[in-house]
Amino acid sequence: MDNIGLATGEIFLLCAICVILIGDLFVSENRRQMSYLLSQLTLVITLILTWVVAPETGSATAFGGSFVMDPMSKLCKSWILVVSIGVFLYSRDYINARRIMNGEYYTLALSGVLGMMIMVSSSTMLTLYLGLELLSLSLYALVALNRTDEKSSEAAMKYFVLGALASGALLYGISMIYGATGSLHFDVIAAKLGEDSSSTAAVFGLAFVVVGIAFKFGAAPFHMWVPDVYEGAPTSVTLYISSAPKIAAFAISMRFLVDGLETAHASWQGMLIILSVLSIVIGNVIALAQVSIKRMLAYSTISHVGFILMGILAGNDQGYSASMFYAITYALTSMGAFGILLAMGRAGVEINLLTDLRGLFRRNPVYAAVMMVLLVSMAGVPPTVGFYAKLAVLNAVVQADLVWLAVLAVVFSVVGAFYYLRVIKYMFFDEPAETQPVDSSLDVQVGLTINGAAMILFGVFPGLIMAACVAAFAG
Amino acid sequence: MKLLYILTPLAPLCGAIAAGFFGKKLGRVNSHRVTIGGVGIAFLFSLIALFANLSGDGSVFDETIYTWMISGGITFEVGFLVDRLTVVMMTVVTSVSLMVHIYTIGYMHDDPGYQRFFSYISLFTFAMLMLVMANNFMQLFFGWEAVGLVSYLLIGFWYKKPTAIFANLKAFLVNRVGDFGFLLGIAAVLMYTGTLNYGETFAAAPELVGQTMELFPGTAWSVLTVTCICLFIGAMGKSAQIPLHVWLPDSMEGPTPISALIHAATMVTAGIFMVARMSPLFELSETALSFVLIIGSLTALLMGLVGIVQNDIKRVVAYSTLSQLGYMTVALGASAYSAAIFHLMTHAFFKALLFLAAGSVIIGMHHEQDIRKMGGLKKYMPITYWTSLIGTLALIGFPGFSGFFSKDAIIEAVHGSHITGSGFAYICVLLGVFITAFYSFRMFFLVFHGKERFDEHTREHLHESPKVVTVPLILLAIPSVILGGFTIGAMLFGDYFGNAIYVAEQHDVLAELGSHYHGALNFVLHGLQTPPFYLAAAGTLSAGVIYLYKPEIAEWFYKKFGFVHRLLDNKYGFDDFNQKVFAGGSLRIADKLWSVGDVKLIDGLMVNGTANSIGLFSQFARKLQSGYLYHYAFAMIIGLLAMLFIFIFTT
Amino acid sequence: MIPLTHYLTLGAILFGLSIAGIFLNRKNVIIILMSIELMLLAVNMNFVAFSHFLGDTAGQVFVFFILTVAAAEAAIGLAILVVLFRNKGTINVADLDELQG
Repeated sequence: MDNIGLATGEIFLLCAICVILIGDLFVSENRRQMSYLLSQLTLVITLILTWVVAPETGSATAFGGSFVMDPMSKLCKSWILVVSIGVFLYSRDYINARRIMNGEYYTLALSGVLGMMIMVSSSTMLTLYLGLELLSLSLYALVALNRTDEKSSEAAMKYFVLGALASGALLYGISMIYGATGSLHFDVIAAKLGEDSSSTAAVFGLAFVVVGIAFKFGAAPFHMWVPDVYEGAPTSVTLYISSAPKIAAFAISMRFLVDGLETAHASWQGMLIILSVLSIVIGNVIALAQVSIKRMLAYSTISHVGFILMGILAGNDQGYSASMFYAITYALTSMGAFGILLAMGRAGVEINLLTDLRGLFRRNPVYAAVMMVLLVSMAGVPPTVGFYAKLAVLNAVVQADLVWLAVLAVVFSVVGAFYYLRVIKYMFFDEPAETQPVDSSLDVQVGLTINGAAMILFGVFPGLIMAACVAAFAG
Repeated sequence: MKLLYILTPLAPLCGAIAAGFFGKKLGRVNSHRVTIGGVGIAFLFSLIALFANLSGDGSVFDETIYTWMISGGITFEVGFLVDRLTVVMMTVVTSVSLMVHIYTIGYMHDDPGYQRFFSYISLFTFAMLMLVMANNFMQLFFGWEAVGLVSYLLIGFWYKKPTAIFANLKAFLVNRVGDFGFLLGIAAVLMYTGTLNYGETFAAAPELVGQTMELFPGTAWSVLTVTCICLFIGAMGKSAQIPLHVWLPDSMEGPTPISALIHAATMVTAGIFMVARMSPLFELSETALSFVLIIGSLTALLMGLVGIVQNDIKRVVAYSTLSQLGYMTVALGASAYSAAIFHLMTHAFFKALLFLAAGSVIIGMHHEQDIRKMGGLKKYMPITYWTSLIGTLALIGFPGFSGFFSKDAIIEAVHGSHITGSGFAYICVLLGVFITAFYSFRMFFLVFHGKERFDEHTREHLHESPKVVTVPLILLAIPSVILGGFTIGAMLFGDYFGNAIYVAEQHDVLAELGSHYHGALNFVLHGLQTPPFYLAAAGTLSAGVIYLYKPEIAEWFYKKFGFVHRLLDNKYGFDDFNQKVFAGGSLRIADKLWSVGDVKLIDGLMVNGTANSIGLFSQFARKLQSGYLYHYAFAMIIGLLAMLFIFIFTT
Repeated sequence: MIPLTHYLTLGAILFGLSIAGIFLNRKNVIIILMSIELMLLAVNMNFVAFSHFLGDTAGQVFVFFILTVAAAEAAIGLAILVVLFRNKGTINVADLDELQG
């Protein structure tokens, strides 16, 4: 008997998306708040359903072994949903103020969430591909959402073309692996490769798969879309792209590289080393020369992706859990940072340049403090969570006898610290260009404050998340 | 019980946070209410823990509360070890802290930093509880550093006063030396036992006997001795033993309640507590014990001598604290750990009492601290007078007062000890008794008796301190009198500490004493026939004669033995030596390093050079992001080819 | 019977052509969209060939999914193209250079 109930969360989400999509057509312009509320409700219910149906221990499959619920997918899904709730909260006022298509934003974003959940739970290459495409297609449309903005459509076009190229490469790789092993199931692939690990066709396919995954992450040299899309997309969409999809990207790399192709570890380790070194170097160095805060954060994302990849390439359970911890906490950090940018912007005022943050401390000391904590966490300074995340990843890399890689990562993190500190300097020590205080609705204020506090809380008590991450890979 | 133990340190922490961050909103009264409430809860819980432990079967609570991280096979945890040693410390810390909190309401009444002060002392209580309740070295070190931090903050509390800032810096630097040793000791423990947990360390310790390490090529050092001495160096910093004692007298620049709480009753005893906690390690190294013994006896004697020539009321008490800490350390060296803790406990109360009494005098005298400008205060401040007298008698070890029991036990223990240096130590502590009595009563007589040496203006405003000041004095005076007699039997000679303290059989001097022990009264009677009593009496008497009736003797002494006076007045030159050699020398070296190494090499070549080249590289690399779609696609193709290259490379 | 390698070679050639089409073409965005379709078809070729030679239908099922996704992708691609043309008045690839650095 196929246990279709395991996918209750996804099925509910799909139905809810349809309801919101149609419902949005029939409500009048001034009652658009409804879509927001319904979307948040949907996310919360999906979160609850995911928890209810997830097996207590071990894993369970559905749809003929195409869909799997294990501790990792439960954890990843929960954080994807939590982060999405935050994303919607921070985005709401921005979207309302600009009259960007309101309902469409939520339905597209929700289908992206659905795509991520399917990616996370995939146990065949087919489900993985479908989830990935569902996310990608939603993102292409979201980036272009600001229909009258030149930058928005240019960014969408670039993202679309490069994304299609990447998924083409991924598909090509999938077809090679399928040809070499005769199956789409990760566990069968792993078993087949275990018997005959020298299958060249499979490793040939692996190179293409890594390209696809690296693109999704935005790892160098497949990162070119990241800064352009971050800058061009409406900030609420940038917020979305920069947060939850990182967790999903982590999950698919685990599915592919560890569940499916772990025997080819030697090969993909080499590939990931190149990716992570390039990401850390390029991300940190180019970020220095940026004048746009969104582009700066984009390059900073690239460097953080390098760290996430480092944990994976270590190839041990310690590395996987460290990497997962990194992905989750980075999603939270990035969400907070863009949330502040959203809160600062008003109708007609976009926060784009670094100098727009000048004097934030005078205009809203709480936001300035939250932003400082977030930036400090990105720079990896104790006692924030960023420090612990970096430490855990570096520790795993050292365990894997790649000390030089750890040293390089630390050196470039020091370079990176400079541009974060520069922003802090702008916020606290420079005169504001305009004196009007920054204000936003109460729930956003509360959300941002909690977000900032969480950076310190998880930094001092990393076990709150780390324990689950370790447990996800312990079995 | 677990919840209770968790809440005990958290209650003062909450108070500290409330008063620290929301002090302005709460206002003065609410701030002190919140913090006193927090500490009150902690005190109450400590009492519950104490009684639960006394009435229980002596079972020990040793549990990990939270695993902070696991790194390279080493677990970093937050956990509590609550045994009888811990509950004694908890009760002492919270009760003295509570008294000081209440006293502070009066002492700091007009200070603009009122809320800040309450926040600090509550934070201190939290840190100290974390220290004493720790079940592993990491948490111990956290508490250790946290109490240090609060101590620096409070020494420099009046941050506009240059002397306070200097004292602050000095305390910080000297403690760094001690902490460095402490950290090395912890590192050695970790290296040789592979764990930071107390229980596991102690279980592994016997295997280390006989193991050696090479500090310098060709030399063999016993691992345990090196570890213990390193740990003890930490204790020397925190508990102000020679030669790391120099910061404590200067720390009196801080407000008086702090001197009582941190620099007399609790924090400075952290070192003593730590050594007692580590008794299973120290017992295995006789060399380390001798080292402890000799350092302690030198401190006890030499610091007492300096106390004689001090004229600042708080400094006299400070030197007396140093000397008493020396006594405790001597007890540790003689393996009489329970005696050390016993003296720690009694000392906490009577020394806090003396400090608070000194504070009361200072309030009365409008912040005049020079005892040469006082005199005859007895009739103006009767409560302060009587409580001071009790404190002083307890300090000099007058039979029947609590100080007597603890100090006599230490002297007897040293007398009975056989390890190297115990003969020397015995002489030091005996002489120390005379000196203690002498300086204590010198101060007492100069302050409360004799001619009134202050001006009219001061006299008009001179009156007894308010209730919030005198009530804590009275409350502290009670244990100063009775505590010793009630607890000596159980703590020293009974099986009170159980497994909390380990003493090797050949070192067990207290058991030997215990065989002659027949109740507290008997102990007092025996005390009347031993040299310490006569020495104390002699000290008191000579102080009385010299400072009340024949001041000429002191004059004559200054003239004849000026060099002795100068030597003592300069505190044996420790400060000058440090200033000139360490401070001056390192300044000169640093200057050279700065002008050559820093400015030219590091700044010029490396930092700015690197920053400039990275900046240039950054500008260049930015150009790669040309904005053209086909360039982006091309980069991806190159990347794909690189992946394929690796594929060829690895297969 | 045509051996598997021939199919795979054809697939590889088609894939290479489509990639070349994406990064050599500097004129028209529509050509890029066509190249993307070609790339997906190259993959389909691989899948069908493997499926046939392995005697496993999963590969052919995958092809149907790819075709469906390709349709959705084309729809979104063209929609973005329309928006782009409205804003910029051009679909020249070389003119997409506002975002850079």
